[in-house]
Amino acid sequence: MTDARTHGSTAVTTTGGTATAPALLEIEGLTSSYGPVRALDGVSLSAEAGRITAVLGANGAGKTTLLRTVSGLVRCSAGRVTLGGEDITSAPVEAMVGKGMAHVPEGRGVIAELTVDENLRVGSLFRGKVGREEFDRVYDLFPRIAERRDQPAHVLSGGERQMLVIGRALIAKPRILLLDEPSLGLAPRIVAQIFGLLRHLVDTEGLSVLLVEQNARSALSVADVGVVLNLGRVVVTDSARTLMGDEDLRHAYLGF
Amino acid sequence: MQQFINVTLTGLTEGMVYAAFALALVLIWRSTRIVNFAQGSMAAATAFIALALIQAGWSYWAALVVALVSGFVMGAVIERVVVRRVEGGPELNAVIVTLGLFVAIQAGIAIVFGSSFQSFPTPFGLQGFQVGDNRIAFTPTSLYVIGAVLVTMGLLVALFRFTRVGLAMRASAFGQEVARLLGVRVGRMLTLGWGLAAVVGSLAGLLIAGGEFIYPAYMDSLIVFGFVAAVLGGLDSPIGAVVGGLILGLALSYVSGYVPRGSALVNVSALVILMVVLLVRPGGLFASSTARRA
Ligand SMILES: Nc1ncnc2c1ncn2[C@@H]1O[C@H](COP(=O)(O)OP(=O)(O)O)[C@@H](O)[C@H]1O
Ligand SMILES: [Mg+2]
Repeated sequence: MTDARTHGSTAVTTTGGTATAPALLEIEGLTSSYGPVRALDGVSLSAEAGRITAVLGANGAGKTTLLRTVSGLVRCSAGRVTLGGEDITSAPVEAMVGKGMAHVPEGRGVIAELTVDENLRVGSLFRGKVGREEFDRVYDLFPRIAERRDQPAHVLSGGERQMLVIGRALIAKPRILLLDEPSLGLAPRIVAQIFGLLRHLVDTEGLSVLLVEQNARSALSVADVGVVLNLGRVVVTDSARTLMGDEDLRHAYLGF
Repeated sequence: MQQFINVTLTGLTEGMVYAAFALALVLIWRSTRIVNFAQGSMAAATAFIALALIQAGWSYWAALVVALVSGFVMGAVIERVVVRRVEGGPELNAVIVTLGLFVAIQAGIAIVFGSSFQSFPTPFGLQGFQVGDNRIAFTPTSLYVIGAVLVTMGLLVALFRFTRVGLAMRASAFGQEVARLLGVRVGRMLTLGWGLAAVVGSLAGLLIAGGEFIYPAYMDSLIVFGFVAAVLGGLDSPIGAVVGGLILGLALSYVSGYVPRGSALVNVSALVILMVVLLVRPGGLFASSTARRA
């Protein structure tokens, strides 16, 4: 494929080359397949601390596979993932949250049979005893789920479910949050609210986010850096602002 | 009237045992989506262990504890070593594996302990309580059976509701992938779940053995009754399993008490109830709002 484009002069992140301090999450040459289908083909990107890095691309581009490979749900056949300098490429899935990575999977992963509060508590299990005030903080961020804390989670609306799973990931105190299509199926107003909150947490609490989205317009409006994925390869990496302004690229890969 | 009371009390006592056994099936079903057909054989094995200890001079209670602990170990080992390989795979594989274990364990019991009928003791009397002038069909042993099952259920509720490991077990059962992503050691929780279910199943086997004869296949009818009770309750719901067990116990007791030559019809009745439930309410009497996943 020769359609890979570079925006060298304006690139914000360096995916190799200049010797900057390593980013919080570094992904190098990641390759993984489902049987004969190669879903990721040498993907390299990095997510800096205190930034929102958006991975964009059409349905089937490999976005979900990227996150699942990073967190170990899918095993890669080549490549390397490091978190804070530590190689986590072959760490077991169960160990990732303890290393500071919270992955909210596609489809949100609310446990419908548990109550809202129990769902949150699952996010704290690996940390041992967690004070009530940490739960109260999450409920303060999401008053809508606070009202329903003792109800079974299957009564929640889509937006509330998304808030619950983000809250559940935050209880785990991650250094980096991996979100797989949080906007899917949500009203634009709710998406704006959730993305606004993410921005706020990143700016005020030093959270870092790797955000996977098909909804490129919303994602770029909140992200610092965008990485465009197509057929399992990185097509371009640039600042969100530059990507927003690049009409050809938007038409070719981002669908708006 | 007296007969009605007697038949009802008998039904409740037996129903409690069916409930416990159904509960064991449900615990395994909802965490691993497997119907454990080997549960009866596993329980029978623990009853034979208890009997061997009692015959060697141990007290009933010490033997009971050892039997329940060996039930736990058996359940945990079977999950870890055998069932783990078919979990999440085609359903038929799991069915064949647990059916194979059912036969193999029963054969193992016959080899180790022999296949003759042996009488199993009960720590309490088998004489009905005296009420006024009448002796009712409710014995100290019945009371012990009901009490033991209620205490066990209370402990399970407390474990699942109020402890961290209970929450981790439920998260593993209902959201395996999410639980793993949140650091729960799902494999361990499933092993623990099988162990606990085997304890409950063994308890049912030990309780129903009290004052009766046991032989390697003595649990075979209980596996049918327990399965019917579990399906009555929706297979996914612990409360449903308990209510299903009680309903089945009462229904079978009325059949055997009131229908002419009804005691010969008990097994058939259980299957008729199963068929009717599957036809009329395939999700069970307590089908919850969340759809059955399998
Ligand atoms: N479980 C799977 N088995 C086989 N192929 C899969 C599976 N999941 C995804 N794929 C394939 O891998 C490619 C990337 O899919 P995915 O990572 O889900 O993309 P995205 O999240 O960007 O929509 C697609 O071609 C898809 O069909
Ligand atoms: Mg996807």
